[in-house]
Amino acid sequence: MFPPIPNPSTEPVAPTFGEADLWRRSASTIERPAERQTEVAKLIDVSKCIGCKACQAACLEWNELTEEIGSNVGVMTNPPDLTENSYTLMRFTEWENPESGNLEWLIRKDGCMHCEDPGCLKACPAPGAIVQYSNGIVDFVHENCIGCGYCVKGCPFNIPRLSNVRDRKAYKCTLCVDRVAVGQGPACAKACPTQAIVFGTKDEMKEWAAGRIEDLKARGFANAGLYDPPGVGGTHVMYVLQHADRPELYAGLPRDPRISPVVEAWKGVTKYAGLTAIGAFAAIGFLHHLVTGANRVSEHDEEAARRLTERGEK
Amino acid sequence: MSADRPRDVARGDAVHPGNPVIVDRYTVPARMNHWLTAICLVLLALSGLALFHPSLFFLTGLFGGGQMTRFLHPWIGVVMFVSFAGLFLRFWRLNFFDRGDSAWLGKPGEVLAGKEEKLPEVGKYNAGQKLYFWLMSITILVLFLSGIVTWQQYFGDRFTVDQKRAAVLVHALAAIVAICLWIVHVYAAIWVRGTINAMTRGKVTGGWAWRHHRRWLREVVTGKTLPPTTAPEK
Ligand code: HEM
Ligand code: SF4
Repeated sequence: MFPPIPNPSTEPVAPTFGEADLWRRSASTIERPAERQTEVAKLIDVSKCIGCKACQAACLEWNELTEEIGSNVGVMTNPPDLTENSYTLMRFTEWENPESGNLEWLIRKDGCMHCEDPGCLKACPAPGAIVQYSNGIVDFVHENCIGCGYCVKGCPFNIPRLSNVRDRKAYKCTLCVDRVAVGQGPACAKACPTQAIVFGTKDEMKEWAAGRIEDLKARGFANAGLYDPPGVGGTHVMYVLQHADRPELYAGLPRDPRISPVVEAWKGVTKYAGLTAIGAFAAIGFLHHLVTGANRVSEHDEEAARRLTERGEK
Repeated sequence: MSADRPRDVARGDAVHPGNPVIVDRYTVPARMNHWLTAICLVLLALSGLALFHPSLFFLTGLFGGGQMTRFLHPWIGVVMFVSFAGLFLRFWRLNFFDRGDSAWLGKPGEVLAGKEEKLPEVGKYNAGQKLYFWLMSITILVLFLSGIVTWQQYFGDRFTVDQKRAAVLVHALAAIVAICLWIVHVYAAIWVRGTINAMTRGKVTGGWAWRHHRRWLREVVTGKTLPPTTAPEK
């Protein structure tokens, strides 16, 4: 068993990180802190999940949200997609393993991956609406959010959701930044009865995952492995997968996620080329006027028009 | 097209003899239509640029903050699109290219130097204005369509993430094109003195028409369609 985080004391505790520990801030240039905090991570071991949805319930409860009562569409995944309230969602896949002939129930807890290189933050136009702390947690700051939905376009995992009933701002998993700051783990990890979700430093999590993968391999899952995709610089939410060679099996988990080249082009070269072009057009106009001077109508032109009209009138 | 008007003459174009000669170029509805489009376009450029680059985010202050900017921009876009459609319907017939236009475009040196005596006589619009008309029409259509796909509040569920990514890139690029075209358009109106009057009062002087749109002036005066020429009149 991974040693669980002890319950908090009843005394107030000072947060262990805050504004001074910002590693990235959307639409801003910041000076990074001299020292980076130890990176944290949540490890989701899909092979241990029993699909009880305690994490989903704990997430709603901790964030003081309620999900709308939906309708049963014949699958266990409920609600059918992430919402402005459900920051996390158990996605159920039934898969018949052709090698063993077994029916496997692959249950993946979907939610923000807390990317090391977050596409949401890159796309965000509002200064400080998305921040990344030096411990790796990516958080949305709602005072600064304008609700444009650019984070939706930036995210390689299709995670953020715009609120339609609350305030039209964007919401997603916070990795329980408010709990982690006072030495607790995320609410979902606390609620998980099988330790399919554990929380600690990123190194601890990798080490723990390695042991789990060894165990799975010994049980015949030759391709068991860790999902910590390098295309986004690694993530601060990682999965242990029985079939790490085929992440798509798990309700479409992307094989090699990275910030879309379209988003990179939009947020990169387009900005510089665009502002340069606008500046150049204005400058050319200015220079043209300096060189040619105003294009004025002469008395000669007025006279010609008078003659033409008089002739035409007759 | 009305049969009793020459090809390059629009409804309301008329000449008033005197000193100077005054020529009516735009009716009141046409001017209101143009002003509405112009104001919307400026507001769209400002609110769009505010989200385009962090260094311009302060422009959201003009619209009541970031959230208001995000909310207002697409709605102003819808108004502008409808208003521009009005301008398009008014002006499209006058913007067909003819032989004279290729000759005009073939002499960019003279055009830029303002040596209009060396250019073929121009109808209601010169080839540059016609180019602006068509390019702006295409750009605004592209902005409208890509803007709809980008509009998270109402269309967030209608399109895939890949479509939205493409749309926002296309929208940003088209916006740059629109702003650059607009700079040329406004600069030309300032450079060619007497043009702003057409926009504010709908009238220009006869000398202005003689210098810059002589074939149009001839058509207004004579009431007859004149063939486009490819060389300056002697
Ligand atoms: C024709 C109708 C238009 C519609 C429906 C529209 C819609 C949108 C939407 C939905 C956004 C995303 C931000 C938001 O939700 O407010 C946006 C961004 C933007 N729009 Fe428009 N727009 C239109 C026209 C224009 C025009 C005419 C311009 C420029 C002259 C323009 C320039 C921009 C720019 C620069 C951005 C920011 C792009 C970026 O962040 O890279 N838009 N527009
Ligand atoms: S998973 Fe999406 S929302 Fe979460 S940090 Fe990565 S890009 Fe941002």
